[in-house]
Amino acid sequence: MNLKLKALLKSPWVFHLSTGSCNNCDIEILDCLTPRFDIERFGILLAGSIKHADVLLITGSCNRQSVVRMKRLYEQVPKPCLVVAVGECALSRGMFIHSYNCPVPLDKIIPVDVYIPGCPPKPEAIIAGVVKLIGKVK
Amino acid sequence: MAYVIYLIFYGFLLTAAIGLLASWIDRKVTARVQYRVGPPILQPLIDIVKLLGKETLVPRGASKIIFLTAPLVGLTSVMLVSTLLWVNNIDYGRGFLGDLIVVLYLLTIPSMSIIMGGFASGNPLASLGASREMKLVLSYELPFVLVAFVSVIKAGFSIRLGDILMSQAQNGVVVGSWSGILALIVAIMSVQAKLALVPFDIPEAETEIVSGPLIEYSGSGLAAYRLMKNMLLFTLPFFLMVLFMGGLRLDGVHFLYGVLKYIGLVALITVIRNTNPRVRIDQAVRFFWGPMTIIAILAVLLAFMGL
Repeated sequence: MNLKLKALLKSPWVFHLSTGSCNNCDIEILDCLTPRFDIERFGILLAGSIKHADVLLITGSCNRQSVVRMKRLYEQVPKPCLVVAVGECALSRGMFIHSYNCPVPLDKIIPVDVYIPGCPPKPEAIIAGVVKLIGKVK
Repeated sequence: MAYVIYLIFYGFLLTAAIGLLASWIDRKVTARVQYRVGPPILQPLIDIVKLLGKETLVPRGASKIIFLTAPLVGLTSVMLVSTLLWVNNIDYGRGFLGDLIVVLYLLTIPSMSIIMGGFASGNPLASLGASREMKLVLSYELPFVLVAFVSVIKAGFSIRLGDILMSQAQNGVVVGSWSGILALIVAIMSVQAKLALVPFDIPEAETEIVSGPLIEYSGSGLAAYRLMKNMLLFTLPFFLMVLFMGGLRLDGVHFLYGVLKYIGLVALITVIRNTNPRVRIDQAVRFFWGPMTIIAILAVLLAFMGL
């Protein structure tokens, strides 16, 4: 494994994108930053700008309005980057699977590196997912 | 040849190493204040290595040459300032007449490079941040130059850093007098604004205009800006030490005192950053042109009277 990838795994900055979620997954993601879980221990920071990010964290059911924005944001992440899908909606559209507004799941649109199931997933599950992601890249 | 060694070894490598360490101290103290654990000690270095390995994107509407060279301008000026400060600390006679003025000018250039980069990137939020940075520069420069004048008066009207250090080594440090205490308070506030830390982080308000001027930077450009900020976290407290606290003397127990002075200043800056909310730009300008300038003028008058 080269130095570039090693440094990327030691300090992944996360950009958090909601494509029409009910806000539950987003609250659980913010829980990871609280003193109880403190993911800054692993060098993970929440980036405000997409140009600073290494990991694109996507929640929600990818409706027709947000798919266009999501594609543009995915093109703007400086490569190499990773994509994480959080929550049932981002994995398989959840209860919106028959909705007219959510034609395809997330991984038919952009390549996804790790899936974290749950409605919403616990903060422990999100951290376990990130650990699996790092193991997979290694 | 000796100057090239000074520039590369003291100006860049040593300053960058201490700056990265200081940035780790800042993040760790912030985490402990919030009852968190905080990042490991090598984290600032890993961040910069990671950013160097990433793709550099140039936005479509940006002016490409200025966008890519602006971070290097800031980084170079910080290198030059820290070289001048180290040279004067190692040997009092090595400086030249007027190097205090050169240092004051060069310390403005990092802010200028952020303004240049912000306007060149063609992003509305970035230009908003850059215009706020410009107003902040206009507000804090006046009290900062006035308090530098206090040390000049104490050193018998000499604008050489070597003379200022020499007079402090002979007659006691500037901060030991009333005018020195007032001057140090104003200088710490100005340094807080120069570093763009929390009460005065108006240009790059994370939660408001995302990252301000740095919003479009990615990869090596962002790495250069982060390294510049980390180096400033060493250079500015070091400049305050030279002006008011007798600098960093390299002989015996004085070296230990110097390190303690530096750590104390960094810890003070971090505590101010963690216990204050962000002010608006008009409040910041009023704060610097009102109370801070009055205290600075008072300090200059007291220094004239020999207090």
